[in-house]
Amino acid sequence: MKAAVLVFPGINRERDMARSLQLVSGKEAAMVWHTDRELPKGTDLVVIPGGFSYGDYLRCGAIAARSPVMEAVRKHADKGGLVLAVCNGFQIACEAGLLPGVLMRNARMKFMCKEVHMRVERSDTPFTRRYNAGSVIRVPVAHGEGNYVADAETLARLEGENLVAFRYASADGVVDPHFNGSMNAIAGILSEKLNVLGLMPHPENHVDPIVGPTDGRRLFESLIETLEAA
Amino acid sequence: MIPNEPKITPELVAEHGLKPDEYERFRKLIGREPSFTELGIVSAMWNEHCSYKSSKVHLRGLPTKAPWVIQGPGENAGVIDIGDGLACVFKMESHNHPSFIEPYQGAATGVGGILRDVFTMGARPIACLNALRFGDPKHPRTRSLVSGVVAGIGGYGNSFGVPTVGGSVGFHPRYDGNILVNAMAVGLAEKDKIFYAKATGVGRPVVYLGSKTGRDGIHGATMASAEFGENSDEKRPTVQVGDPFAEKLLLEASLEIMAKGCVIAIQDMGAAGLTCSAVEMGAKGDLGVTLDLDSVPTREAAMTAYEMMLSESQERMLMVLKPEKEKEAEEIFKKWGLDFAIVGKTTDTSRFIVRYHGDVMADLPIKELGDQAPEYNRPYAEPKKLPVLDPQSVPCSVSIVEALQKLIGSPDLCSKRWVWEQYDHIILNNTIQRPGGDAAVVRVEDGPKALAMTTDVTPRYCEADPFEGGKQAVAEAWRNLTAVGARPLAITDNLNFGNPERPEIMGQFVYCVRGIAEACKVLDFPVVSGNVSLYNETNGRGILPTPTIGGVGVLDDLSKSATLVFKSEGEEILLVGDTKGWLGQSSFLATVLGREEGAPPPVDLALEKKNGDFVRSLIGQGLTTAVHDLSDGGLLVALAEMAMASGIGAVLKASPAGISPHAYWFGEDQARYLITMKSADLPKAVAAASKAGVLLRHLGTTGGRQLTLPGCDPILVSSLHKLHESWLPSYMAGELAV
Repeated sequence: MKAAVLVFPGINRERDMARSLQLVSGKEAAMVWHTDRELPKGTDLVVIPGGFSYGDYLRCGAIAARSPVMEAVRKHADKGGLVLAVCNGFQIACEAGLLPGVLMRNARMKFMCKEVHMRVERSDTPFTRRYNAGSVIRVPVAHGEGNYVADAETLARLEGENLVAFRYASADGVVDPHFNGSMNAIAGILSEKLNVLGLMPHPENHVDPIVGPTDGRRLFESLIETLEAA
Repeated sequence: MIPNEPKITPELVAEHGLKPDEYERFRKLIGREPSFTELGIVSAMWNEHCSYKSSKVHLRGLPTKAPWVIQGPGENAGVIDIGDGLACVFKMESHNHPSFIEPYQGAATGVGGILRDVFTMGARPIACLNALRFGDPKHPRTRSLVSGVVAGIGGYGNSFGVPTVGGSVGFHPRYDGNILVNAMAVGLAEKDKIFYAKATGVGRPVVYLGSKTGRDGIHGATMASAEFGENSDEKRPTVQVGDPFAEKLLLEASLEIMAKGCVIAIQDMGAAGLTCSAVEMGAKGDLGVTLDLDSVPTREAAMTAYEMMLSESQERMLMVLKPEKEKEAEEIFKKWGLDFAIVGKTTDTSRFIVRYHGDVMADLPIKELGDQAPEYNRPYAEPKKLPVLDPQSVPCSVSIVEALQKLIGSPDLCSKRWVWEQYDHIILNNTIQRPGGDAAVVRVEDGPKALAMTTDVTPRYCEADPFEGGKQAVAEAWRNLTAVGARPLAITDNLNFGNPERPEIMGQFVYCVRGIAEACKVLDFPVVSGNVSLYNETNGRGILPTPTIGGVGVLDDLSKSATLVFKSEGEEILLVGDTKGWLGQSSFLATVLGREEGAPPPVDLALEKKNGDFVRSLIGQGLTTAVHDLSDGGLLVALAEMAMASGIGAVLKASPAGISPHAYWFGEDQARYLITMKSADLPKAVAAASKAGVLLRHLGTTGGRQLTLPGCDPILVSSLHKLHESWLPSYMAGELAV
């Protein structure tokens, strides 16, 4: 795995991400500055991490999505390269058009940092092959704007093409439509070619057994397995 | 003189918060009438907030030294050695007045200011904590203040990217007109790479970094040094506006230029902005400083020298750089999109000179501005001792079960989940113990070392007996660190009091500080940084004396830390320490019976040390399965908290003869801990306790889903949990008749 973690001004979970990538893969990720126009040679995974790019003072992710480095990310994705976009990264990916829809203020208007459960909707993707479809995993969220919204047509397409990767749920797998207001309880979605995953929860914060649960670990193991198989 | 400047009149002097004799002192010092800008500068330097003029003489009595103290009070933050070449940098500071006027921005900039204090010293912030006090829940403003302050703390810390891992929230009518927002930040640095404010070298450029200067926060520090009247809303323009995004950039850029060896001296612009930072850098280095305001980056047109010198615009730094590294530093700042401007130079004249548009706006002796600030030994009244309340004299028709339900569902003792879930408490991936325990535990780098941290104070006790209350605040912080297995190292103190010009308030201050000093000495727990916030009163009524203590301790191996959660059924529950059933000033008395009476529990510091050292040693030997310190609400509330955190119940033995059950279950005797252990380890613990001379009492065993007390109906843990969790969310949703 040769991962590149993007760094925009105001991003703040890039260290957590790099550390978890290192912990699971044993390899150091490259940190890529937002003004770079090219990704490091041989990059096979781009990670857009969480944080508050440009303070989220405009629409979340809107400014970062227009950074020079995003052109290179778009090319990488067009060629089928893997992109993992977490939290603010998910918002940036939506703003950049890598994924459809948008993330709005949480229904209860407050920032929420807590552990939640989400149901893995499919296990035949590069990001989820080490999970079982229908299984429930525990992951933390830390966001104020994670309320996924899309127009009816887009939502129907996402559901029809089976592109919802994760949904907020109870511990026993019952979908929770009221968690943050997200349509269809969407916590994460995939691109049509299944090579871009955007999700609000932070799998990178649930990797290290010393700190807590490790349900996020298999997402990174899935990526390693995918890239090794390629 | 400078054209178009207001004439200095007694009224203008008074508006600047200077007393006539203070003004006279300044006039004599400079040997002439000051200019308007100079009056602004001296008002900023000599107000209570910046000069500590009423408190200094008493603060000198605090112990500040220990072999592990690298830097005590007097710098931006305190620094302690935590081993392995690492240092912990920490401080707590109040933002009470601004938060009352504008809760979101007041609290947000409180967090921003304290973070800046920590990274100015070269440390990367690894955690934030806070201590919040609000008025009566029934007061019409309380709900919106809670909502705004919590959102502000979260809004800043979450965006900046530091976990907010702990704190405390309390309510009392005495904070109705003057809430408390105390924010603490903890950072990590290499021990030999700490940066200080002291400038060296003559003719070196003084560099301004960070955000632009605007008109916000002018006279913020002066506002913070006055009491409130009816019209405090009019002071809204003195509150600064926070920009956590800019601060995050400033952090990264500052740490980068420090790592590249560019920095000689650095000082953040906090209270009184450019004035305090420039004077401090020069005075500490025995140098003069000349500022050229034409070079200061401004965000508003036509700002005057006066406004620039007093602006408290946030996210700004002043530095003296190594001349050969200036270019490199500038490039780093430009990369992060921040302003970088040379705004002055160091001189050998010992003068603080401010030039603007070709005029000299100020020309003052730099050292004297700080050293010659007025210092008062204000008259103080010795606090009256209250009689000890005989527990037998407290009639109570409320059952033990009802009292427990009332306590754990009360505003002060209920779960604060609603608050801390709005704070990102997991970012950086090092939060080992999250909010809700005795102390937060944060891993240091990749471990196994960890830091424990907590904020504590019991204002009821401090009001009733400032000396014992001051001792208790320190002892409780020490106890909370001990309860997670940490070795307590040092504290930061945030002393919140009313108007020091009133002898009874000054008496509270003096005796609280003496109590703190006494406890710090005995517990070997020095003060390394702190902040004094006086004039916390509205219309002549002071807050409860609230000396908040922020404690930091170290765990050499985080796998040997304890939590308060019951781990499994069939374990032994033991109480460390003696229970006499002290009800004076207890939560039980106040919350259940509505009486705030009597002397607070005395703190036997030698006993604290003995019992704490014993508990820490049991944790280190792996003999405990859970540990919890006893504080507000006493024994039964602590037991309930351990049960609620786990869902596991307990079967308890009867209260001993000779002590009333209410006093036994809810008394607040100090120096006590609850521990659980496996039955097989009991003999070892009993032997260790007898060897150490520590009182150990067997209370019962864990198990089931309810708390069972002899002679009482069993209480379902789940129903307690519901009560515990429901008060704050219901109150905030406006669903509660209070």
